Amino acid sequence: MRIRIEPRAQPSRLMGWLSPLLAVVLTLVTGFLFSAFLGMNPVDAFHAFFVAPVDDLYGLGELGVKAAPLALIAVGLAIGFRSNVWNIGAEGQLTFGALVGGGVALWAYEMEGAWILPAMILAGALGGMAWASIPAFLRTRFNTNEILVSLMLNYVALLCLSYLVHGPWRDPEGFNFPESRLFSESAMLPVILEDTRLHAGALLALVAVGLGWVFVKKSFIGYQMQVAGLADTAARYAGFNRKRMIWMGLLIGGAAAGIAGLCEVAGPIGQLLPSVSPGYGYAAIIVAFVGRLHPVGILLASLLMSLLYLGGESAQMELGLPSAVTGVFQGVLLFYLLAADLFINFRIRGATPQGLRSPSKPAEASS
Amino acid sequence: MRFRRRPTRLRRRIRRRDYECLRGAYGKRCTLALAPPGRFAWLLSVMENGVGGMTNQNDPQVVGVAPRLELQDITKIYPAVVANDGVNLQVLPGEIHAVLGENGAGKSTLMKIIYGVTKADRGTVSWNGQEVEIANPAQARRLGIGMVFQHFSLFETLTVVQNIALAVEEPFDLDGLARRIVEVSERYGLPLDPRRLVHSLSVGERQRVEIVRCLLQDPKLLIMDEPTSVLTPQAVRKLFETLNRLSSEGCSILYISHKLEEIRELCHKATVMRGGKVTGEADPRQETASSLARMMIGRELPVCQHAPAPEGGEPRLVIAGLSRTSDDPFGTDLKDIRLTVHGGEIVGIAGISGNGQQELLAALSGEQPLDPHQTYEIHVNGESVGNLDPAARRSLGLGFVPEERLGRGAVPAMSLADNALLTAHRAGMVKLGLVAGAQVRAFADRCIETFDVRCGGHEAVAKSLSGGNLQKFIVGRELLQSPSVMIAAQPTWGVDVGAATTIRQALIDLRNRGVAVLVISEELEELFEICDRIAVIAEGRLSPTKVTAETNQEEIGLWMSGMFPGVEDEPLPDRQELIDAH
Repeated sequence: MRIRIEPRAQPSRLMGWLSPLLAVVLTLVTGFLFSAFLGMNPVDAFHAFFVAPVDDLYGLGELGVKAAPLALIAVGLAIGFRSNVWNIGAEGQLTFGALVGGGVALWAYEMEGAWILPAMILAGALGGMAWASIPAFLRTRFNTNEILVSLMLNYVALLCLSYLVHGPWRDPEGFNFPESRLFSESAMLPVILEDTRLHAGALLALVAVGLGWVFVKKSFIGYQMQVAGLADTAARYAGFNRKRMIWMGLLIGGAAAGIAGLCEVAGPIGQLLPSVSPGYGYAAIIVAFVGRLHPVGILLASLLMSLLYLGGESAQMELGLPSAVTGVFQGVLLFYLLAADLFINFRIRGATPQGLRSPSKPAEASS
Repeated sequence: MRFRRRPTRLRRRIRRRDYECLRGAYGKRCTLALAPPGRFAWLLSVMENGVGGMTNQNDPQVVGVAPRLELQDITKIYPAVVANDGVNLQVLPGEIHAVLGENGAGKSTLMKIIYGVTKADRGTVSWNGQEVEIANPAQARRLGIGMVFQHFSLFETLTVVQNIALAVEEPFDLDGLARRIVEVSERYGLPLDPRRLVHSLSVGERQRVEIVRCLLQDPKLLIMDEPTSVLTPQAVRKLFETLNRLSSEGCSILYISHKLEEIRELCHKATVMRGGKVTGEADPRQETASSLARMMIGRELPVCQHAPAPEGGEPRLVIAGLSRTSDDPFGTDLKDIRLTVHGGEIVGIAGISGNGQQELLAALSGEQPLDPHQTYEIHVNGESVGNLDPAARRSLGLGFVPEERLGRGAVPAMSLADNALLTAHRAGMVKLGLVAGAQVRAFADRCIETFDVRCGGHEAVAKSLSGGNLQKFIVGRELLQSPSVMIAAQPTWGVDVGAATTIRQALIDLRNRGVAVLVISEELEELFEICDRIAVIAEGRLSPTKVTAETNQEEIGLWMSGMFPGVEDEPLPDRQELIDAH
């Protein structure tokens, strides 16, 4: 018996929407088995992972704190992904956005004014865009692969930030720790929910989701980018400018990631550190796909991914599991999502060696 | 790996069968037709001939010749449409059997069921008198069914020989296979270079690959979906010889075509379908083209209304000495092409595919813009457009219907409404950067209604439409934008009689409104039906134009092989004048 994978004639649309949920359920089941295998009570583990982090207001606030940058970045990335622009460099764009926006905050140190925050957000967006423009330029000018370029630039951005906080931007009163000064009050995002750390960045993320929806579903340029993603030849036939779309895809993703980075340093962190993100730029790629590249789906997926982050921390504290457990769960989730998608678009069937089944045997018997 | 393991298993199977045959145990259970054609074909054919009679004697149910293929009560229901409704069909060994029907009549679906691409919801398929369930094309090929699709199933990034190797089940080496391809393709008058990449081939050449791929497998039943659409008259003759030879060797052929004359000449039997049902069977040799058409569309064959071209239209499309080296290493370089199309005339360009049509079209549409210094080589309405992109050229009044419908003229996975937006967005469909959904849907509906596009409304996905209906939609979309210059490539390729007439009439009506129309087609009949003047493209050179009434298919056929007189000096606007004008 040989196993074969063949495409389905009509993939189910319903299952296309259900597959993220299916992947979540399977991830939970795996978590259950996983904890049982480690000799823990699966119910306790489940509680520690998924309930304990969000059973009070502060926990819910934390959920928003982590979901906001993920949603923001994923919405931006999804716009590029829809037109086959594969920006894997959101982490670097986030870092560079944080660096430029944070630079404005440090420059405006001891200044006051309502203009500082908007200026920082703008600087963060420009920083992310500047970093994203490198792969865009190289792709449109020299036809380089934007996946590789944007990915490698992540490390460059991290090293730039590291140099600055170890050197020129190090806090003169910081006992030689590699940290910048703490941002002044006017350079911090206001908290929008009492007794939590939930800051105005969450509102920015919601605005981004709304704008993303309009862009994807209603705008002509969004339509053009979708055409380019689905059928490049048709886009060329229609005269849509491919280069402009590559630039748009990368710049929008870069701007979103840059703002997300700025919101991190101007929100929960409050200063520049050698590392400003626990891998949001990478996790957002998963979020974008779990959310089906649709802004509303991305919003839900970002909450889920945020819960995984919190659960991972909680599991470290309460169950003594290593911090890698967050990464494990992210990986398992993506694995199940891709597997579910495979089964939606393809079916597995065992072909008998003769290749001919007797007609009395139902066709589904071996599929 | 698969290729290596197969013959061992096959050999084992054959030995076992051989043994069973000797014991006389070879009965209904076992079918020889299972074995793949190829290395053991000779052995199998000996065995089949030797044992086949025995099987028939042993089985009283099969008296005389069992049909090669028999379909009973085949029903296939798609969400929007019943594609096949209780279809019965019987094909005898060696029979050339025509399946006739308009677009959406269900012919293609029926063929896909036979070839195992889709599964019927109801009904049975019998092969040589045995009920079989054809789960996939590989199994159909093992049964001995070959198919040449209307939409080709080739991998664009692979070469011809690699594509064919994918369907070959016995072990092979690519060089040997390439030699066989050359041999078979030359024998059947379908010249092919096995090393070329498929994406660089024209439609006509791709079809050759499909046909040759099937012929290499030594099929027992060959399904041909609109096979002659892109062949020269001479090549059609050769194909018919091939098909007749195959038929006399016992290979059955299911022949889907809309060319009634061809069916009358070639086929032994015809099954006519309309709306998913079989509406009649006939011996096409006893029928006239118009009686067949009546069975097929339920009324008289529509004829294009074609008045003589009005005189003295102004030059709308001017190609002033266009030369271009093809970017594609296998492509054809264009050499000093000169042509003027006036308002109110249809000019046709004939030629065998792969002689520069693609390069010329890409240069005219702007998908392959010219170098800046070549700006003045193409003019639309007096503007030099050589270095403009397709969108800018459309704004100047250029309409363009491309050769490929799915993936170029339309986005396969998008709805018709979204596909209307693809090029028609200039017609008030975009406001402040946002898409005006109501206008888009209204335009799509108007297009669907005006051009009788059979579909499930403007939400229907482009790839769910049959080729002809999608083409009507694309032609309609370009026409409704009121172009002043219209370029159409293979406008009725693979389109049935009714839809083809609609499209041709639409082009003629456009001409009558004073539009300059350029049609590039490989179908000579079509060009002679609608064009006022005809030119031929061969090896990247364009012949002088001839007034259609003053030439004939023989002369144009001769020109297609490159034997035409030097280009006479067409009265072109002076180059310097054109430059000064801007």
